[in-house]
Amino acid sequence: MPDLLIELFSEEIPARMQARAAEDLKKRITDGLVEAGLTYAGAHALSTPRRLTLALEGLLEHSPTVREERKGPKVGAPDKAIEGFLRGAGLSRDQLEERETPKGAVYFAVIEKAGRPAADIIAEVLEDTIRNFPWPKSMRWGKGSLRWVRPLQSISCVLSKEDGAEVVPLEVDGIVSGAVTYGHRFMAPEAITVTGFEDYATKLKRAFVLLDPAERQAAIWQDATNQAFALGLEVVEDKGLLAEVAGLVEWPVVLLGAIDEQFLELPPEVLQTSMKEHQKFFSVRNAKTGRIERFVTVANRETADNGATILAGNQKVLSARLADAKFFWENDLRTVKASGFEPWVEKLEQVTFHADLGSVGEQVNRIAALAQSLAPTVGADPAMALMAAQACKGDLCSEMVYEFPELQGLMGRYYAEAAELPAEVGLASEEHYSPLGPSDDVPSKPVSVAVALAEKLDKLTGFWAIDQKPTGSKDPYALRRAALGVIRLVLENDLRLGLRTVVTKGYFPHALHRDSATGKVMLDKRKSYIEASGIDEDALRVMELQRVADELSNSGGIDAFKESGVYDFPDVVILADLLSFFHDRLKVFLRDQGIRHDVIDACIAMDGNDDLTLLVKRARALEAFLKTDDGENLLQGFKRANNILSQAEEKDGVEYSFGADKKFAEDATEQALFDVLATSEGAISSAIEAEDFAAAMGSMAALRAPVDAFFEAVQVNSDNEVVRRNRLNLLSQIRKVVGQVADLTRIEG
Amino acid sequence: MTETQSAPRSFQEIILRLQTYWASKGCAVLQPYDMEVGAGTFHPATTLRALGNRNWAAAYVQPSRRPTDGRYGDSPNRWQHYYQYQVIIKPSPPNLQELYLGSLEAIGIDMAMHDIRFVEDDWESPTLGAWGLGWEVWCDGMEVSQFTYFQQVGGHDCHPVSGELTYGLERLAMYVLGVDDGNEMPFNDPDALIPLTYGDVFRDAEAQYARWNFDVADTDMLLQHFKDAEAECARILSQPQDDPKTGRRIVMAQPAYDQCIKASHLFNLLDARGVISVTERQAYIGRVRALAKQCADAFVQTEAGGYVASA
Repeated sequence: MPDLLIELFSEEIPARMQARAAEDLKKRITDGLVEAGLTYAGAHALSTPRRLTLALEGLLEHSPTVREERKGPKVGAPDKAIEGFLRGAGLSRDQLEERETPKGAVYFAVIEKAGRPAADIIAEVLEDTIRNFPWPKSMRWGKGSLRWVRPLQSISCVLSKEDGAEVVPLEVDGIVSGAVTYGHRFMAPEAITVTGFEDYATKLKRAFVLLDPAERQAAIWQDATNQAFALGLEVVEDKGLLAEVAGLVEWPVVLLGAIDEQFLELPPEVLQTSMKEHQKFFSVRNAKTGRIERFVTVANRETADNGATILAGNQKVLSARLADAKFFWENDLRTVKASGFEPWVEKLEQVTFHADLGSVGEQVNRIAALAQSLAPTVGADPAMALMAAQACKGDLCSEMVYEFPELQGLMGRYYAEAAELPAEVGLASEEHYSPLGPSDDVPSKPVSVAVALAEKLDKLTGFWAIDQKPTGSKDPYALRRAALGVIRLVLENDLRLGLRTVVTKGYFPHALHRDSATGKVMLDKRKSYIEASGIDEDALRVMELQRVADELSNSGGIDAFKESGVYDFPDVVILADLLSFFHDRLKVFLRDQGIRHDVIDACIAMDGNDDLTLLVKRARALEAFLKTDDGENLLQGFKRANNILSQAEEKDGVEYSFGADKKFAEDATEQALFDVLATSEGAISSAIEAEDFAAAMGSMAALRAPVDAFFEAVQVNSDNEVVRRNRLNLLSQIRKVVGQVADLTRIEG
Repeated sequence: MTETQSAPRSFQEIILRLQTYWASKGCAVLQPYDMEVGAGTFHPATTLRALGNRNWAAAYVQPSRRPTDGRYGDSPNRWQHYYQYQVIIKPSPPNLQELYLGSLEAIGIDMAMHDIRFVEDDWESPTLGAWGLGWEVWCDGMEVSQFTYFQQVGGHDCHPVSGELTYGLERLAMYVLGVDDGNEMPFNDPDALIPLTYGDVFRDAEAQYARWNFDVADTDMLLQHFKDAEAECARILSQPQDDPKTGRRIVMAQPAYDQCIKASHLFNLLDARGVISVTERQAYIGRVRALAKQCADAFVQTEAGGYVASA
């Protein structure tokens, strides 16, 4: 069976796009071939800066013949109908078959599509793939209209069979396919004719091209670590950089160089960032001291002087870069040693945070107020939290962070140290952006926690206030990440926090800012109230928002609130929406930890759902309980009780909510249920009170047997109306007792 | 590729060799545009000639000004006035990379000893409403040129596509000549009767311009000039295409574009004076871009821009 080699040779492809492009090439070609009936045994895709390569093994020589039958009109149908059918089938009348069917004689068309040679199909699929390739960014060149990532220079398409290799002929925008490739741009630029993948890979290796990115990465890493090891040093691992560097070379040559002595005192992160961002160098570290002392660069060629000229050039460029970094570092140190963070914090007033949310200076003031008020809850000293929050964005005005934005926070810690600020302040500066991703570490030092929480809450409430919430896949301000950050900060530090209250606090200044900016008109009613009461507008709003928060937690939620018509301004809706955003993020977070969404819903429906720590404790206990035999059965019992009760209530138009009396209990199981409910109610409510959800679940388990026995023995809808009502009221008591733990009506199944 | 040549000895020799090289490759060697520009791309030979369907090949030195880069002549590698070498060929030839590498050899970079790399770098000029894809070219880890295939200029798709090369002459020359401090770089031959360094030529002027750019320039006047240039550009373009005096169809794209260049430079001066806030910045860039776009619209109505009078 034939093998196929495809190479698309071009000017340099951006490193970050190569791996994806190779996979896309494989997928598009193989999908296209298979769709046309041409199956294959194996496929692999490779890439270098100048080529995408696909090798297919065990391809069919032809696509299989396909036979299709079509049922046509009846024999004797009008000519028009028959002609139409013939046109559609591409046959003439004498090619039709007449067949007897239960409905009489009918024309059938049997259409045979002959298989096509592999080369024809390949040419079509490859041309289509090239013309419609999913590059993230593509361009035209010269006079052509073809789009590729950079100018496409040649196409090799070779089908090799046992009796030899043939070029699959095709032409795309003037580029004619062939069996020719080219070696390394400088070391072996000559044309090379190839007969198949093996031949191609071997010849390219001789022409200084390592085709496989994994092989280039491995070679770079091995050589780099060996050279470092020989000096008693280690290479700082960086997989992203390794992949990028391997995408910049066809023939990697690892060179290890020295960093000028005068730069070794720079913070290691500064050296590492400068070398990586500007030069794509690896850092080489002294494992004992943690100091970065050397660098590794990867050249794309061998030279007669073993890379000495190249290394010297790179060293020179590095020194110029590091001289800049050192200049920034020293200027920044001079600033903080002389005047602390003050000059930077002042400058933040001129830095825009967001057009509708004011400057970073204003942001810092809000974060500071919030962090200070959160401090007691997270076990931090309020004065320290205030100081840390005020300093947390200062480094954004440093020269170093201006040059290397990715060092924000970290430089804050170095500079806080230089300014002799307390260690907590520096640490909070470094940590307050965390956690950034779902696997990023969560700060645990109280001051850092206070500032980190405040920063995220301020951001979320701010963007909610100006209605810039995430939609679908769009989340330009990373608000989902911020909400997850809050959730993880609360849960992993076991914080007890009423989210409604803190969100309301965070929201207030944003609402004020927004409404004063948009010139929102006060309602007359509010105006006269303010005048009469002597309470100023701001104070009134605080009271209102606080009241809203309280109302929301006690009432039937936002809908009931909207209907009440008490408040005209939309803040109530916005805050409720933000809280449900938190709950949605929490559901996603807990789902990944194996807690079912309906279990969380059943717990969110309970009071105190803005205390996430409590909420999760409850959900975990419920999840565990429902997995037990008792839990599963009790759930069924509960549902049965609830169904019977709901139907009866609907039918009778009354609510059976109290007044069950043991004296009307006829059956022993009924009496037993009365007894056990009486004891469980107290036991469960005190367990809940004590937040001992395991004990609450234990008491629930005790209900299972009596509930099962009751339903086994007793017909609720008795003919005796008194007994029936009494039993319905008893069911209501089950609902009430169990309902103290969670809203089990929300559990599925 | 050509034989590697001997090492050049001065800044001007590097320029001369580039001129000779690109002339030998068929480019019209133009002279700098006689206005203050921020980069060689602003020369009408690039911005305007990248538009329309007429073939074009030009190379030139363009003195460029970036007021915020002023360092009073004290920096070893930053000046508010510097030189770019610019090559533009339309349509971009298939061997443009090889032609470019040949130019490096022409100025004494031995391909067998150095590591040349094409590293992704997409070019965008918000003030010109232009963008393209290409690379920054690295020589032993140092960026020596920008290599771009123009895709859009002034909001117009480029058809055919121009290939554009930009060499930062000071940095490139310092590298080739092995000089660490640009002010010490030989401008003419170091063995000349009167040898001059780059600093001898420019250092004083750098300090003078830095003082004027940063602290002295009259911002009210600059703001007024900006408005004047903007208004004049619009006025020029609002004239009827047919000239009442000669009776000929004359679309005044380039005089209008001059005003656009002026506005752009005035914006840079205002920026250096620190009177443009972050929010205003975007608005000013948008205003210059609007001018560039109108000039581009006008240029494609000229013969140089591919306009053909319908018979």
